[in-house]
Amino acid sequence: METKNIMIVGVGGQGTLLTSRILGGLTIAGGYDVKLSEVHGMAQRGGSVVTFVRYGEKVAEPIVEEGQADVIIAFERLEALRYAHFLKKDGVLIVNDWRIDPMPVVIGAAEYPDHILEDLEKEHKVYKVNATEESRKLGNPRVFNLIVLGIAAQHMDFTKEQWYEVIEKTVPPKTIEINKRAFDVGYTL
Amino acid sequence: MAEKVLMLGNEAIARGAYEAGVKVSSAYPGTPSTEISEFLVQYKEDVYEEWAPNEKVAAEVAVGASLAGVRAMACMKHVGLNVAADPLYSVSYMGVNGGLVLVVADDPGLYSSQNEQDTRMVARAAQIPVIEPSDSAEAKDFFRTAFELSEQFDRPFIFRTTTRLAHSQGLVELRDRTKVEDRPYEKNIRKHVMMPVNAQYRHREIEKRNQELAEAANTLAINTVEILDTRIGVITSGIPYQYVKEALPGASVLKLGMVNPLPRKLIEDFASRVEKLYIVEELDPVIEEQVKSWGIQAVGKEILTVQGEYSANMLRRAILGEEPDVQAPAQAPGRPPILCPGCPHRSVYHVLHKLKLHAAGDIGCYTLGAVAPLSVVDTTMCMGSSISTLHGMEKAKGTDYIKNWVAVIGDSTFLHTGVNSLMNMVYNHAAGTVMILDNSTTGMTGHQDHAATGKTLQGDPACAIDLVQLCHALGVKNVSVVNAFDIALLEKTVKEETAREEVSVIIAQSPCVLLDKSKKPLYKVREAQCKKCGACMKPGCPAMTKQENGVIRIDDTMCTGCGLCADLCKFGCIELVKAGE
Repeated sequence: METKNIMIVGVGGQGTLLTSRILGGLTIAGGYDVKLSEVHGMAQRGGSVVTFVRYGEKVAEPIVEEGQADVIIAFERLEALRYAHFLKKDGVLIVNDWRIDPMPVVIGAAEYPDHILEDLEKEHKVYKVNATEESRKLGNPRVFNLIVLGIAAQHMDFTKEQWYEVIEKTVPPKTIEINKRAFDVGYTL
Repeated sequence: MAEKVLMLGNEAIARGAYEAGVKVSSAYPGTPSTEISEFLVQYKEDVYEEWAPNEKVAAEVAVGASLAGVRAMACMKHVGLNVAADPLYSVSYMGVNGGLVLVVADDPGLYSSQNEQDTRMVARAAQIPVIEPSDSAEAKDFFRTAFELSEQFDRPFIFRTTTRLAHSQGLVELRDRTKVEDRPYEKNIRKHVMMPVNAQYRHREIEKRNQELAEAANTLAINTVEILDTRIGVITSGIPYQYVKEALPGASVLKLGMVNPLPRKLIEDFASRVEKLYIVEELDPVIEEQVKSWGIQAVGKEILTVQGEYSANMLRRAILGEEPDVQAPAQAPGRPPILCPGCPHRSVYHVLHKLKLHAAGDIGCYTLGAVAPLSVVDTTMCMGSSISTLHGMEKAKGTDYIKNWVAVIGDSTFLHTGVNSLMNMVYNHAAGTVMILDNSTTGMTGHQDHAATGKTLQGDPACAIDLVQLCHALGVKNVSVVNAFDIALLEKTVKEETAREEVSVIIAQSPCVLLDKSKKPLYKVREAQCKKCGACMKPGCPAMTKQENGVIRIDDTMCTGCGLCADLCKFGCIELVKAGE
């Protein structure tokens, strides 16, 4: 099979590292060669962060380059916009319809763009969900990323059971149930 | 079949250390090297390891362990090697007893560093051999090779990584720990006491050793040749090898696992078998300049940059002249890193900003005080430099001038190299105010313990250095301790201390907000009463946004309940809606 390229983009502190651990565990369970690349350090302090996941028969470079992503999972609208040009022509963009103002916007030095999703929908296949609100309904606004992953799962090569198994192994034991429920919300959307 | 596991480069190095039979490791945290030591903790039955106050100490501890006769290592980031440069240059003359490897992590692209220096240059200057892996599997396996060569050739080694290697995951096969017998310690003054007559002798010896190693490099298994299409040949190493395989899958490749010293015969032979030779290395032209000095025609930095990270697309453009069909990125406002919601540094910087003070800054999360809207930090250079920079300014412009300045330094950075600068101030009749922003951890690198936290790297309780007593012992008379969120007291203290004509230390205490895992309080704006004055927005808390009607809103998923905004609202419009637990 051709190497599959996934990106997770968001704001430092939103849980991109947990998500990448889940995807990593999943790809090994599927028997693929896999490489992941993450961001640690300064950018994790509220900066723009990106994780690359590549899996296939044999993977060389650990990063996804412009125009190569099959799936981009965006935890925030502006970050979806920032990385959309990494998508392949038929790539899929899954977006948490949520806004976090970057500091230039907070202090009035820049404007948060209007109509991000409407504009992206003109060019790409976009699936959007207000996962932060949906996860609040489940009782924990922090499990929003599993809702977004649930949607992404519909566009990847793994069974629901494989996802469940990896979620159980990866998230803190006390939060397994709520994370699985969050995943279900996305998976059935 | 051995078990295959997905591992971060840094995790693979820790596993490699375990498998190589390492017994002692010492390190100071520094992105992107930090996780090596954190992953190594799981092997604490077999490997002793510790956080040292700085990289010089870490390197010297490793040297001591090696001389005693066990395999030893130290880990640091590239700029940490500068701090460890003193022992580095001299242990190069001394050689080793048990194998000795310093892991040094470079940061092409400057993800989390103050410069983009290339460790291979330092290694060449210190005549230290360098091994460089290109993925997690090699990170683990080459690490053992480094120890074997270190002992075989009596040389300390540097194991060079980069951010991309350190923070990428790949599959590795686990093996058992090698049984390595401790070597007996042998007193050898000529080899281990670097006074001039011995150092002259040792310099001659290590020149010989390095030549032997350079000769052996021609047949080392970690230097590999893949002859495919001979129209293009590439010499490369490390992560750039992966970009070469992606962009030029058909090209012939010489991949160097050891990048210092270079295998001259192997390179000459490879060059003679290909029509056009490229050298692909991130940062400085270290391989390229040597290869060209031997009269070999090659192309490198003429078409490839000395800055930042490479990629396959970059090589497609530079070497193949192909223009990949990609869209231009959208216009999007930047999202630079910022102080977290609830960060105690924000409160301190708010006070300094209000008092219109300048700050000589240092390395850590609090460097972010240079960012708008607070923009308090004037300088950031290297670990520990804030205090000595302040001192130099006072000596240049006098005691009145320095009343408009403070130095800001974190607790971990103060213990790293700030203590000696404070000692210098007291000794040399300085005036000036040093603020230790004590958040009880090494913050930016992800919360590592240090000598004042009361806990060791391996999780044991430890003596916690008392910063107040330490400052008193250095001769500082004026030491005050203030809660970082008590802005009224902080303002009063800063005003009083900066007015003095002697050295003052203010310790602003409050633990890093990310350390505290308890349920946080939550504040909310009474929107109907909000006067839209914007006073609460001044410190630049990312949890607060001004809505289109000008009314302020607090994001309940981000607020940690620090209460700074409520303190700043003169109209009492920000209320506590949920207490912490």
